[in-house]
Amino acid sequence: MTATGSTYRQLDLDAEGFLKNPQQWTEDIGREIAAESGIPLTDRHWQVVKFMRDRFLSTGNAPSIRSLGKESGVEIKELYQLFPKGPAKLAAKIGGIPKPHGCI
Amino acid sequence: MTRQIVILGAGTAGTIMANRIARTYRRDIRAGRIALTVVDEDGPHLYQPGLLFLPFGRYRPEQLVKTKKPLLPRDARYVRGGIERVDPDASTVHLESGTTIGYDVLLVATGSHIAPEETEGLTGPGWREKVFDFYTLEGATALRDALAKFPGGRLVVNVVEMPIKCPVAPLEFAFLADDFFTRRGIRDRVEITYVTPLDGAFTKATCSHALAYLLEQKQVHLVTEFAAGRVDGAGGKLYAWDDTEVPFDLLVTIPAHKGADFIGRSAGLGDEMNFVLTDPHTLQARRAPNIFAIGDATNVPASKAGSVAHFEAEELIENLTRFLDGRPLEPSFDGHANCFIETGHDRALLIDFNYELEPVHGRFPFAWGPVPLLRESRLNHLGKLFFRWIYWNVLLPGRAIPGVPARMSPVGKHTMEMDQVSRQAPPPQHKAHAPTGV
Repeated sequence: MTATGSTYRQLDLDAEGFLKNPQQWTEDIGREIAAESGIPLTDRHWQVVKFMRDRFLSTGNAPSIRSLGKESGVEIKELYQLFPKGPAKLAAKIGGIPKPHGCI
Repeated sequence: MTRQIVILGAGTAGTIMANRIARTYRRDIRAGRIALTVVDEDGPHLYQPGLLFLPFGRYRPEQLVKTKKPLLPRDARYVRGGIERVDPDASTVHLESGTTIGYDVLLVATGSHIAPEETEGLTGPGWREKVFDFYTLEGATALRDALAKFPGGRLVVNVVEMPIKCPVAPLEFAFLADDFFTRRGIRDRVEITYVTPLDGAFTKATCSHALAYLLEQKQVHLVTEFAAGRVDGAGGKLYAWDDTEVPFDLLVTIPAHKGADFIGRSAGLGDEMNFVLTDPHTLQARRAPNIFAIGDATNVPASKAGSVAHFEAEELIENLTRFLDGRPLEPSFDGHANCFIETGHDRALLIDFNYELEPVHGRFPFAWGPVPLLRESRLNHLGKLFFRWIYWNVLLPGRAIPGVPARMSPVGKHTMEMDQVSRQAPPPQHKAHAPTGV
């Protein structure tokens, strides 16, 4: 937790600013990403971000918005209030995991 | 002692695997060393790629179905009946009839199905009157009747959420609708809008880039990052979770998809949408080493499409043999998918990609062609139509398609493009088996 300044931008990022290596993530990096995305982080946000990250690290797949709504303890309606536009995408970005992808 | 191989599901993937196993182990099966059982709820085998064309009157429903049993090998025992649950610790399958079937190896090939009830209001007033799916025979047939008498207005095609079967089908539907209404002479009275939860019409960056012109050319309006939350069928409104709305006169919905219900009743086997937690390279289930999954039933990040099931089958037969012999599995499946994209007006294009590499321009399957990649041609359209014959006569019997190997080949592809496109990060774990499962 010693990271200061713009540590986030010095990491390996994809074109949209998602971390390429989830191991480089810290909570401070998460705060930086959230600030850059215009998301004021509350405990509710953290609940979603941490659920998302833990699920990805244990299964190799980022949960869908529907499973976030069912299992993160935050309902879908509220997810869209917390993370306007794209809860799954934004929570993944703040949580330092790759962009969730649908398949063509 | 007879070793029991049990396949759950006699759809595309299950039928391919049954035929491959019966051929690979013919002598063992006839000598009683191996027994092959296929369990399936009864009903016809549906040629699902045909559902895209049915609403436009290009196929009749009866052209798309066949009885299941004759498609399966004679050496397999066919058990009809609903599946109650799998007990991975006891290696047993429990049927709704009360029968229990033990297995040494289980292949889960029960596919996926639409779950319109997961979206509020979707099956309420207006369902199959103004709101239709085309992923079922009933839905596609009802939609055909509605399109034939559609007087004009706002046609909205909406993908509720990923993953869905044949992910490019909804966009093809929009292109074919443009063609259909042009032929009906009322294209100027129909507004076609494609509404997707993704950030582009295609999920693959190269496709969105190379094919953006198609939407413009066909005057298909695009609404992206729209997460459908509820539908007011009677009032003709589609609402996102953030309450933005898209009005419609006719809604063609691609509802959320789920795996088979019994997976949800089988402890630890699947995720919250009943897709089997599966190693993306070995196709072994995370829950138990003697369970494998194939086709739409898995949660692997590949397309839910028949071509993927076909390529998976080529790799899975190898791993099944290795498992039965007690040898280590080969993590060889690369996510290879291969799809024709119908663009209307008797033209189509072909894309070929896998977990890591995006679709690119080039020639397929050989360096000289004959088929162009990522570019429209009439030959591709004919290929798509000819595929119905291939499906019944080459794919389901589990035979290789000449020139099309299971692993994606770089031959004929403009691979320079591959370096320029963003790559998907692979899942962090490539272990053959995680015994702790979920």
